[in-house]
Amino acid sequence: MENNNNHYSIETKDLSIHYGRFTAVRNVNLKVEKQKITAIIGPSGCGKSTLLRAFNRMNDFVSGSSVTGEIFLHGRNLYSKHVDPVEVRRKIGMVFQKPNPFPKSIYENIAWGARINGFKGKVDELVENSLRSAALWDEVKDKLQESAYALSGGQQQRLCIARAIAVQPEIILMDEPASALDPISTLRVEELLQELKKNYTILIVTHNMQQAARASDFTAMMMIDDQRAGGVIEFDDTKKIFTRPTDKRTEDYVTGRFG
Amino acid sequence: MNQKTDSFPEGSDFYSALKKRYRVASIWQILFLSALFVAMISLTALLYNVMDGAFGYIAYEYKNDPSEFTFTPVNELSKEELLTILQNNLSAGAYKKLDAEQAMPTRSQADLMNLFLERLLQIDTKQTWSMTESILQGNEIRQEAKTNYPEARIEFRSWLTPQFLVSSLSSRAEFAGVRTAVLGSLWLVGIAIAFALPIGTGAAIYLQEYAPKNWFTAIIQTNLNNLAGVPSIVYGMLGLAVFVRLLEPFTSGGIFGLTDANGRTVLSAGLTMGILVLPLIIINAQEAIKAVPDSLRQASFGVGATRWQTVWYHVLPNALPGILTGSILALSRALGETAPLIVVGASTFISVDPDGPFSKFTALPIQIYQWTTRAQSEFHAVAASGIIVLLVLLLTLNASAILLRNRFQRKL
Ligand SMILES: Nc1ncnc2c1ncn2[C@@H]1O[C@H](COP(=O)(O)OP(=O)(O)OP(=O)(O)O)[C@@H](O)[C@H]1O
Ligand SMILES: [Mg+2]
Repeated sequence: MENNNNHYSIETKDLSIHYGRFTAVRNVNLKVEKQKITAIIGPSGCGKSTLLRAFNRMNDFVSGSSVTGEIFLHGRNLYSKHVDPVEVRRKIGMVFQKPNPFPKSIYENIAWGARINGFKGKVDELVENSLRSAALWDEVKDKLQESAYALSGGQQQRLCIARAIAVQPEIILMDEPASALDPISTLRVEELLQELKKNYTILIVTHNMQQAARASDFTAMMMIDDQRAGGVIEFDDTKKIFTRPTDKRTEDYVTGRFG
Repeated sequence: MNQKTDSFPEGSDFYSALKKRYRVASIWQILFLSALFVAMISLTALLYNVMDGAFGYIAYEYKNDPSEFTFTPVNELSKEELLTILQNNLSAGAYKKLDAEQAMPTRSQADLMNLFLERLLQIDTKQTWSMTESILQGNEIRQEAKTNYPEARIEFRSWLTPQFLVSSLSSRAEFAGVRTAVLGSLWLVGIAIAFALPIGTGAAIYLQEYAPKNWFTAIIQTNLNNLAGVPSIVYGMLGLAVFVRLLEPFTSGGIFGLTDANGRTVLSAGLTMGILVLPLIIINAQEAIKAVPDSLRQASFGVGATRWQTVWYHVLPNALPGILTGSILALSRALGETAPLIVVGASTFISVDPDGPFSKFTALPIQIYQWTTRAQSEFHAVAASGIIVLLVLLLTLNASAILLRNRFQRKL
């Protein structure tokens, strides 16, 4: 890695994201720390998913969307002409709100991403390690060739996490990964996050305040301004955000007095 | 707050209103049922009409009496007996010619029987009756035939026989068959699908997955939708101009060293049909591709796949059943179209099987049309049998395409 002494993984500079003429996210300046969990919270429609998708250029697929400002990974602007979005997505993985496994076998769900990225090692091992990292191995080790659709929602979501890990990204983006899960599966995913942060930088969007408070190291609070454009109004240690926020709106939101 | 009002009917008002709602509902239900009924009646009528022509009484005479050749009853003759009879009674030249087409001893009993009937007995059909007439008025028909054609034999005949399937065309209804036409149709449909399925799927992939959404692609889309409704004769004109005339060196096989062919080949016709079904295939493939959920594409991109990998490994396999559904429709259309074939020059009388893309050909709908325009009623019976063959062929091809589709669907 080039910037070994830099303990930031990814940084945004005056990042704004537009859908056509509408500015959904305005002027975001964030420094995300390496191997930490950063939560993004805020009311519905404030641009959390939009911001998250900008990190691995998923917004490229929304026709009419555009980005101004910069996002730096190892000092390289992800939106510069010389950066290939495929490389970005290979380095920055994503877990979506709804589990979306491929309609293939459990094994193939993990192996496919590695294979298309030219993985040269032992695929069987990779599959096992990824499933272990996602705390799914024991549940599925006897039915690797069965369809991923036969798994429960919580298992599917962990499979999606395993799939993201399998290509060994640096950063994992998660958009409300536990919103479709029951409390027990949710807890398992949270425990999993603590394991994963030893090796990965994690950015997670969540509506669940306890989850953000329990699981994350840093929290970014987003809110829309009078033109309905979202922005980060406060970014700090999670502890501080939940105990002594500086912004009144953050306090209202995290204590449930908002709206 | 939400105040309760008395704007809703209560009690007996409610019940009388409810009764009225049920009445309206049952009227619609009856209408839908009758619509289904009309559809079923039409279908049954269609099938019955076809069957009616293909079976029934026939009165025929032999120009030469069977006793001149043999004492065995005609329909009990064995292969060996037939062979001897033909050998003894045909002129040496005629026998040689037949033997050269296919060695006589290797021919089937049915084939030899046909030769016997055609060349020696010289069967001559006097009159045919429809199935309904034959069943309802069998006695009257026999009476009538006795008085009108005292020499004639009368029997109940099915025009749809195994012999009908394997015989080539003939100028005599009694010996006419559909082999040449069925093979022609299969070549035609095969070429059309082989041409249109990959191109149509490719175009659909480009339009759905790659093309930007702008006024230009909107125009292309609108044109595609309209092309699907263009009368087939127009495609025939296009095929004539492009495949038969302009590309004649290619479609005739000229550049591959064939000399005797012109552009009116099964290849030209197949490509014309391919163009005709292309919009149908593209539109169906587009719908199928659209139906693949975006979450799947995102999952694929999310692990660092390129667009092509996403399309090839995820979008296409998931859209395949839908794409195949489109090709089933295309197949039915190509099999049944007649007008463009007439324009690009299907032969109406040809007894040589098509044996490659550069063959002259005929197709089932062309033959059926041809037979129905003949004056002799026995040809109408042949046409009816031809229609049955066409319908069965259609059902078989569709069924196999559906089986194929279901296999792909189950794999997911
Ligand atoms: N594909 C799109 N095209 C146009 N506008 C969009 C699109 N996606 C989101 N938006 C708009 O951008 C704004 C932010 O949306 P976004 O989905 O990022 O919100 P969010 O914070 O994730 O909300 P939620 O918590 O409900 O998921 C909203 O006003 C939304 O209407
Ligand atoms: Mg969202």
